[in-house]
Amino acid sequence: MLETLINGALIGALYGLYGLGLSLCLGLMRQINLAHGDFIVFSAFLALQLMTHLGIHPLLTLPIVVPVMFAVGWLLQRFVIERTLGRGEMPPILVTFGLSVILQNVMLQLFSADTKSLDPGALGTAAVNIGSVAIGVLPLLTLAVSVGIFALTAAVFGGTRFGRAVRATSDNEAVAQLMGIATRRVFANAMGFALAISAIAAIFYGMRGTFDPSTGPERMLFAFEAVILGGLGSIWGTLAGGIILGIAQAAGTFIVPSLGPLVGHIVFLAGLLLMPGGLFTKRTRA
Amino acid sequence: MISITDLRASYGPLPVLFGFDLDVARGETLALIGANGAGKTTTFAVMTGRLKPQTGSVTVDGRDISGFTPMDIVAHGLALVPEGRQLFPSLTVEENLLVGAHSRRSGGWTIERVYEIFPTVAEFRKRPSMALSGGQQQLVAIGRALMSNPNVLLCDELSLGLSPAAVDIVYSALGKLRGEGLTTVIVEQDIARALSASDRFACMRHGQIVLSGASQTADRAEISNAYFGMR
Repeated sequence: MLETLINGALIGALYGLYGLGLSLCLGLMRQINLAHGDFIVFSAFLALQLMTHLGIHPLLTLPIVVPVMFAVGWLLQRFVIERTLGRGEMPPILVTFGLSVILQNVMLQLFSADTKSLDPGALGTAAVNIGSVAIGVLPLLTLAVSVGIFALTAAVFGGTRFGRAVRATSDNEAVAQLMGIATRRVFANAMGFALAISAIAAIFYGMRGTFDPSTGPERMLFAFEAVILGGLGSIWGTLAGGIILGIAQAAGTFIVPSLGPLVGHIVFLAGLLLMPGGLFTKRTRA
Repeated sequence: MISITDLRASYGPLPVLFGFDLDVARGETLALIGANGAGKTTTFAVMTGRLKPQTGSVTVDGRDISGFTPMDIVAHGLALVPEGRQLFPSLTVEENLLVGAHSRRSGGWTIERVYEIFPTVAEFRKRPSMALSGGQQQLVAIGRALMSNPNVLLCDELSLGLSPAAVDIVYSALGKLRGEGLTTVIVEQDIARALSASDRFACMRHGQIVLSGASQTADRAEISNAYFGMR
């Protein structure tokens, strides 16, 4: 049981990482990107193509996939989402929903419907024994990378000129411009940052599980649940939300193997009912 | 320093500014007064790049800035203290001040200097900006504008929504800046307050300047007539 819960927490760290990019969009930029999960899957396919053509380990694709997805995020914000802003809440939702459908179909055409994974080699089977519990090195590495990325993100958005500019723009774009902030460029960079994080999540996802063009919406769902459980706008809350979700799924799977995802969703629903603002609600409005 | 020439502007089909000239000298404090809807805030909107003029120009030290974006205008040394303060609620007091320095214009205003001139702000530096009283927030809004190292400070309705005691504090702070020779334009509906805090005044009505002169020798009756359009 203990091993199951530990493994649940470790997969939860990955869910947190799925959610981090979404948390930046929803909590800081106050935008929703319904294609978030599909961009994770697209990043995984991108890494697979690089592995196939260059013959490199999945982790070595990071220096290419991450900057590419930053650029994709930048372009997405500047030329797609930005055009829908200021016209109510629905246009960005509908546009990113359409983008999600298009991405899934493009991936289907390019990569087929076959299930794929990113072979981690010996890393996939390596384990360490802590007491009587055997823990995989790859899940531990996923946790370490997740915590590192969360710390970096918290530092960037909490204590840098860029982070303050994003939060100020989110609060009041017109006044932010009066402070000399190029708000459109700032949001484009923030979306680039969000998709770059998703690319890192994608590579660990590909090494730890399987993916195909239709698995994006499920990633989006886990990401969304992690963000809402943790509290909208709370960066560390998203990691906590992901870990709770992972533990709930692992506990469900331990009881009945097919029940894992359902128990995760039930815990999400219960959390939403008991604490509608999430575990670490960040009160940003007066 | 600032020269406004034949300024005309409208919100869509609704004309608001009907062509007027206005000059502000370096180091001068000018009070722009007038009733609601006279065009004071619209004049600021044009000066800060939020509204493009239909005709006319706004020049700062001989450079025409009309049609510039708000970001470019900050870089050219104009800073606005907006009506209603409009601090960023998710940022602390200190973060609000630091955002004011986003344009990285060089000059003598640093966060330490803002704290020195407004000690109350320093006291609450780590607090959420919305946890402050209205008067304290107004000081933060002025400090935030100063952090961009402006040549010209534009203050829109500083006394709006504040208690008389808070207004005294805010105008006392403005007096310190006036003493330092900062060129300032204040929009204010409280005529007495505006005149006591300025070197010159310009009274707007129906999108035009209808009266201007030295604040200290201003004839109150003449101003009231201009303000309300009475003869």
